[in-house]
Amino acid sequence: MNVVTERIIQLGMLVFILGGWQLGVTAGFIDVFFFPAPLDIFNQIVSWIVDPGFYKHVSITLTETVLGYIIGTGLGVAAGVWLGLSRSAARILDPFIKGLNAIPRVVLAPIFVLWLGLGLWSKVALAVTLVFFITFFNAMQGVREVNPVVLANAKILGAKRSDLLRHVYFPAAASWILSSLRTSVGFAVVGAIIGEYLGSSAGLGYLIAQAEGNFDAVGVFAGIIILAMFVLIIDRILDVLEGRLIKWRPNAAEERAA
Amino acid sequence: MSLAVVNPMPAPAGQQNAKSMVSIDAVTMSFGSYVAVQDVNLTVADGEFLAIVGPTGCGKSTILNAIAGLLKPASGTVSIDGTPVKGVQNDIGYLFQQDALLPWKTSIENVELGLMFRGVGSTERRERSMSWLAKVGLKGFEHRYPHQLSGGQRKRVQMAQALIAGPKVILMDEPFSALDIHTRHLMQNELLRLWQEERRAVVMITHDLEEAIALGDRVAILAAGPRSRVIESFPVDLERPRDVAEIKLDPRFMDLYRNIWASLRGEVEKSYERRD
Ligand SMILES: Nc1ncnc2c1ncn2[C@@H]1O[C@H](COP(=O)(O)OP(=O)(O)OP(=O)(O)O)[C@@H](O)[C@H]1O
Ligand SMILES: [Mg+2]
Repeated sequence: MNVVTERIIQLGMLVFILGGWQLGVTAGFIDVFFFPAPLDIFNQIVSWIVDPGFYKHVSITLTETVLGYIIGTGLGVAAGVWLGLSRSAARILDPFIKGLNAIPRVVLAPIFVLWLGLGLWSKVALAVTLVFFITFFNAMQGVREVNPVVLANAKILGAKRSDLLRHVYFPAAASWILSSLRTSVGFAVVGAIIGEYLGSSAGLGYLIAQAEGNFDAVGVFAGIIILAMFVLIIDRILDVLEGRLIKWRPNAAEERAA
Repeated sequence: MSLAVVNPMPAPAGQQNAKSMVSIDAVTMSFGSYVAVQDVNLTVADGEFLAIVGPTGCGKSTILNAIAGLLKPASGTVSIDGTPVKGVQNDIGYLFQQDALLPWKTSIENVELGLMFRGVGSTERRERSMSWLAKVGLKGFEHRYPHQLSGGQRKRVQMAQALIAGPKVILMDEPFSALDIHTRHLMQNELLRLWQEERRAVVMITHDLEEAIALGDRVAILAAGPRSRVIESFPVDLERPRDVAEIKLDPRFMDLYRNIWASLRGEVEKSYERRD
């Protein structure tokens, strides 16, 4: 099947679903209180997009996501590399780490609000707790699974401890971290949104919470769709970024049988 | 071809008077309760090319790792240039049996590592790495990552990487076994040429007896494991410089081959019997 036919089928399905939905609403089968008309949702999205005030919300959510991601990854890499190198520290801290990781992050949101207020930082903190563990486990694994022959080779070539960190351990961990880039950014978004949803005065999560408070189903659906688009755009950017950052690794297409 | 360039060396390669560069004294290596090699004595003179052959799994790589300081002997001592080996050595060149390039660095970045760790400036580093890549026939492959190179090309990058800093001792673990016969001849000749330019102590492991005789000044035979030891050591008094393909037709080469094989054969058979 060629690409054009596939696209046409996809488009047909979309028209069928949305068209059926819209017709159902017009004919009165579907209750607009629970399932608002697609056209109304569309109009709501358009009115947001043309409203300059809307971008304040987007930029706040974006800032929280990016800050949460950067801080979470930074801490995760540092802790992961450290514990990857020091087995005894890893053994001592292991139960604490497992315990912390077992806490459902949502319950932390009110605590962060208490500590950091309703602003940006309580959301960033929530995103950090989600991102940290993913990066941490990946970095630790990356350091532990450094090929021992490569490590021996670097030592024989004269690498000091700092050289080993920079030229062997970090790159080895980086490939693991980058391979989890998408998951961790996804978690950063989740952290930011949940934080906003549970208590804030701005952001996409706040928009949805507010619409919900007013029993405004149109607003909730429009918010959900905007969120989905937000994540898709970030995903697209990551695709490009990933290809740039780990060009030393064979990608699936050009990988050949060894 | 290289005959015109290199002055003939006084043959045989001065084993008596040259000082010993690597000496292995009564070394026993074990992994847990498994004793891989026992009571091994070997010396390599400065500028000498020692080839070690032995059945698979007898402990050849283990001995090389002991010289490099990667493994500690259970008893006995290894010394390089008179200094006992304690910890990983970094004035040696080690061509590993396995792929040892840093996969996240391009060929040229891999080759220049040794110089970088020694603090050589970046322009000089680049220049010397370029010329080494050219020496091993990889001009134009500077910016490829290891996964973009063939197995033989990776081996050649590894060779340049190991030799660039001019190590006192060169250790090679089956460097050519992954190559096809033509490339192998080419690289063996290349190795001989490089070594002839600047003589170093070389310890080369191989399972190819022809290669051992064609390249080495001396061939040491290891017994089948466990508790492997050196059972015999044959001097190879064929004049240098040698051409690897031509020397195999020399009647003295064939005599040596017959003698050494008679000794090696029993060990190879023993190691097979043990397996079944
Ligand atoms: N880390 C290890 N733990 C336990 N046993 C080991 C270890 N490394 C090697 N051995 C054993 O020691 C023996 C010698 O191994 P070594 O790698 O030195 O063999 P080799 O002579 O280099 O063989 P090959 O020619 O196949 O490379 C083998 O029997 C092997 O199983
Ligand atoms: Mg081996």
